[in-house]
Amino acid sequence: MSDIEAPDAEGGVVKKFMFVNRKSPHGTVYAVESLEVVLISAAFDQDVSLAFLDDGVFQIVKQQDTSGLGIKNFSPAYRALGDFEITKLYVEQEALDERGLTADDLMEIMYEDEDDDYEEKPSVRVVGRGELSKLMSEQDVLLSF
Amino acid sequence: MSTLHTVSNSPFENNAFKSCLDHVTAGDTILLIEDSVVGARKAGSFGKEIGKALANCRVCALAPDLSARGIAADTVLDGIELVDYGGFVDLAAEHERTQAWL
Amino acid sequence: MAYQYNGTTVEHDEEGYITDISLWSRELADIIAKDENIEMTDEHWEVVNFLRDYYEEYQIAPAVRVLIKSIKKSMGKDKGNNKYMYHLFPYGPAKQACKIAGLPKPTGCV
Repeated sequence: MSDIEAPDAEGGVVKKFMFVNRKSPHGTVYAVESLEVVLISAAFDQDVSLAFLDDGVFQIVKQQDTSGLGIKNFSPAYRALGDFEITKLYVEQEALDERGLTADDLMEIMYEDEDDDYEEKPSVRVVGRGELSKLMSEQDVLLSF
Repeated sequence: MSTLHTVSNSPFENNAFKSCLDHVTAGDTILLIEDSVVGARKAGSFGKEIGKALANCRVCALAPDLSARGIAADTVLDGIELVDYGGFVDLAAEHERTQAWL
Repeated sequence: MAYQYNGTTVEHDEEGYITDISLWSRELADIIAKDENIEMTDEHWEVVNFLRDYYEEYQIAPAVRVLIKSIKKSMGKDKGNNKYMYHLFPYGPAKQACKIAGLPKPTGCV
């Protein structure tokens, strides 16, 4: 918990929450449960970010098709995160490399920057392991899925 | 600004323990709970990895989980501190945040 | 629990949201709206259609403030505001409009 907490416009306390996603989607409920909590957390006006590392990077790859499994493909919902004002999705470079993936294999997830004439900007930021570790160490709360 | 990392899965079962070791920051503490304690045996192949972490982190293991799995204290890698449930609470209170590696 | 019309039965949960979204029809929407004491007008349909398109695109039903913001973006600020939306759907634009649109309860709706 940081010593100085930044008050928001209404005087409430804004904390830094990071959702840490490390599991492949569809095989277990971790990914879909995480997404659900992320969408709910948007209602509380906190500083929310998402991290994707290990197999978690598969949660945001393009062209997921679950029709053969008979379960819902929830991956399009990540593209709505910008509407919920969740605009920071950190993806670990090493996790992509280990799995033979590149940033081009990930969905295009954008947000409109209200402070910059509503310009469309990418929400996905690929970062190295060291930088991601540093980001995690700067959070008030880490939520693991 | 340190973090308490809890690991609950065996390192022989999934990569949570390894991923934790890859992401710790100097000054952090790693606490082994539940099945992860099976990696704490000094004769086991994972001991070397934990040894490297001990260079800049504290590593603790929950004693009741070791006992439950028949792992005697003198077979645990040197440098790993044993804690009881009260010690677990103290660790959580001493660190700014907790990260669970599932 | 089910809606019944023209010999068709469509199951719903205890709050009135239909359980199989593929069974939705415009006719059913009118039935659900009647249960909510809403007379469907073109303005109501505009919102319901918007929600169905949103769900088709993103596979989620947006929370109320996300809905209002998105309506504002696509239809302008005369419609994308609380007053207009609550005028159309007095018991909550996201909840009531989603129910009529045959979608699940909005995500992030507590």
